[in-house]
Amino acid sequence: MAAQGVAGVGVRSTANVLFVLPYMAVLAALLIFPLGLGLFLSFQDWDMLGGWNGSVGWENFANLFTDKIFLGTIRNTVLFVVMTVPAFVALGLFLALALNNGLRRSVVMRTIFFGSSVLSVTIVTLIWRLVYLPDRGLLADILGLVGLPSIDMVANESRALPSVAIVTVWWIIGLPMTLFLAGLQQIPAELYEAAALDNASRWRVFTSITLPSIRRTIVLVALIEVILQFQVFGQIFLITSGGPNNASRPIVQYIYEAGFRDWQLGFAAAASQVLFALMLLAALAQFWFARRREAA
Amino acid sequence: MPEQADQNGQLAHNSAPPGLSLRHVGKRFGSFEAISNLSLEVPEGEFAVFLGPSGCGKSTLLRMVAGLEAPNGGEIHLGGRRIDSLPPGDRGVAMVFQHYALYPHMTVRQNMEFGLRNIGTQATEIARRVADAAEMLEIGTLLERKPAQLSGGQRQRVAIGRAIVKEPRIFLFDEPLSNLDAALRARTRVELARLHQRMRATMVFVTHDQVEAMTMATRIVVMNRGRIEQVGTPIEVYRRPATRFVASFIGTPAMNFLPVARLEEQAGMAVAVLANGARVATAIPAAAVPAGEVTLGIRAEDLHPGSGMAATIEVIERLGERTLVHVRLTDGATLIYDEPGDAELEIGQPVALSPDGQAAHLFDADGRACAAEAR
Repeated sequence: MAAQGVAGVGVRSTANVLFVLPYMAVLAALLIFPLGLGLFLSFQDWDMLGGWNGSVGWENFANLFTDKIFLGTIRNTVLFVVMTVPAFVALGLFLALALNNGLRRSVVMRTIFFGSSVLSVTIVTLIWRLVYLPDRGLLADILGLVGLPSIDMVANESRALPSVAIVTVWWIIGLPMTLFLAGLQQIPAELYEAAALDNASRWRVFTSITLPSIRRTIVLVALIEVILQFQVFGQIFLITSGGPNNASRPIVQYIYEAGFRDWQLGFAAAASQVLFALMLLAALAQFWFARRREAA
Repeated sequence: MPEQADQNGQLAHNSAPPGLSLRHVGKRFGSFEAISNLSLEVPEGEFAVFLGPSGCGKSTLLRMVAGLEAPNGGEIHLGGRRIDSLPPGDRGVAMVFQHYALYPHMTVRQNMEFGLRNIGTQATEIARRVADAAEMLEIGTLLERKPAQLSGGQRQRVAIGRAIVKEPRIFLFDEPLSNLDAALRARTRVELARLHQRMRATMVFVTHDQVEAMTMATRIVVMNRGRIEQVGTPIEVYRRPATRFVASFIGTPAMNFLPVARLEEQAGMAVAVLANGARVATAIPAAAVPAGEVTLGIRAEDLHPGSGMAATIEVIERLGERTLVHVRLTDGATLIYDEPGDAELEIGQPVALSPDGQAAHLFDADGRACAAEAR
């Protein structure tokens, strides 16, 4: 038994609690409390102007799921995630593979690809509005060069969401690329040398050595991107404002408008809970899938 | 004369069946010349050990044979076929890496099968080879495990197994014992020697550990600064080192060196007169000793206590079966000599030492050994 006042591994002391207290306090104040408050609000009729009008039970949720616009935002958000996340994983991995060498030009290219990530959403959308500008934008110029007519990307219902997805991938492809680069650089060079002596083709090396070695990174990138892209808002708000005809309106925009335009805090909180549940489901599904693959 | 590799020449092993042949091979990394114009023959069935200090180019040489580094010049032949421009997989070599380089997400069996599957070997043949290798290396019970579930020694065996199943023309070992603890290293040395006898395969083993080299090699290739210092059997390089570098690198403790004040001749043989006046009658013909600065080399076991040079004991190293005694001569030079394990000695005790002249070596100013008569 440890004597009183002796510190060491396995020695229990109430003083130890003090070390985690600052962290726990911040966690409680900035995460646990707002989470609880949000959950509470979602069952209330709380108008920012009119004040609290009592608990309404599940009414906010019932209203949400009968609102065609809200259901449309779920569809749009899920579609957006489905468009962007695989692109982030595939393109990020492709760039990392192409630039995973010590060549000077690769270092320059890495910096360029990462460079756009530091731009603010306003700058990014400004750049892409210039690209998408019908008849005069860069896209129209390029199409004109090969003799094709200009396409209106943003104002078209079926093209609005994909065009924002392209902007998003262009904007923050740097992070997945960097994560994949870090993953690739963890693979010992000896494994590739052993594979070369084992007559492995490039494809075989990729599927049998590289991919299995960075499986955790793939899961990580997918998870980060799912969580990020479910919360898409800024670029859509600035490029399409959710239009045309709600074709690109995401959940977060719906929450924003319900809470800060219509002042319906309780209703907005309920929509936030739905988004939270969706993200949780997607993350859990990935964990489950990754773990199953690992066990296999 | 000991078989010393001529950097530009061939070794006297041309009668053996063709094994590995390096001809005027060179390798530069930027302005650093890792290997300079090196030629070497390793006959088929030989266990050759490339021995040298870190950075001497031994691993680079091995990697050039494997195809993992491209030589800047020269030719590499294996089994009569030129291989230096072939991809690693087509050379007929198998390599055991320092850190084993097992594929971590594959089972032991998959690790061993991987190379064979890649060249389209038939499933029944793969199964036979894996079973044979597993039996030989006693890893049959580990086949379905992954590398992370194995101990260092087991991983080592799997790495060797992965090489064996390929039935290569030559096995290349890149310091594969350096990650094992002392006891396991000693055991693996014996197992590798046994494996070599059993398979009669050509093996090239790279190490900086002279004990590994001495215990396993058919021939040792001692390297220093990208050049071959000497090629010979373990006893040859120990008994008749071709250079002062070899003499100091091989053997524990390192050979003692004493400056020779002047040389005399007695019955045609050189007599080294040391600074302290001691006379050492060597078995080296006086004619073989060039003019200029000469150094006497003498191993610890060839210094006999009793009479001769006066010295004082400074350090006593008890190794069990023998005792290494570090002494300082009256002229300030230090020597190490051998005593039996139970010798009664004290620090500060005066001793007298006489070198066995017949076992003494003489090195010229360039560090080259003066040829001794065969003993």
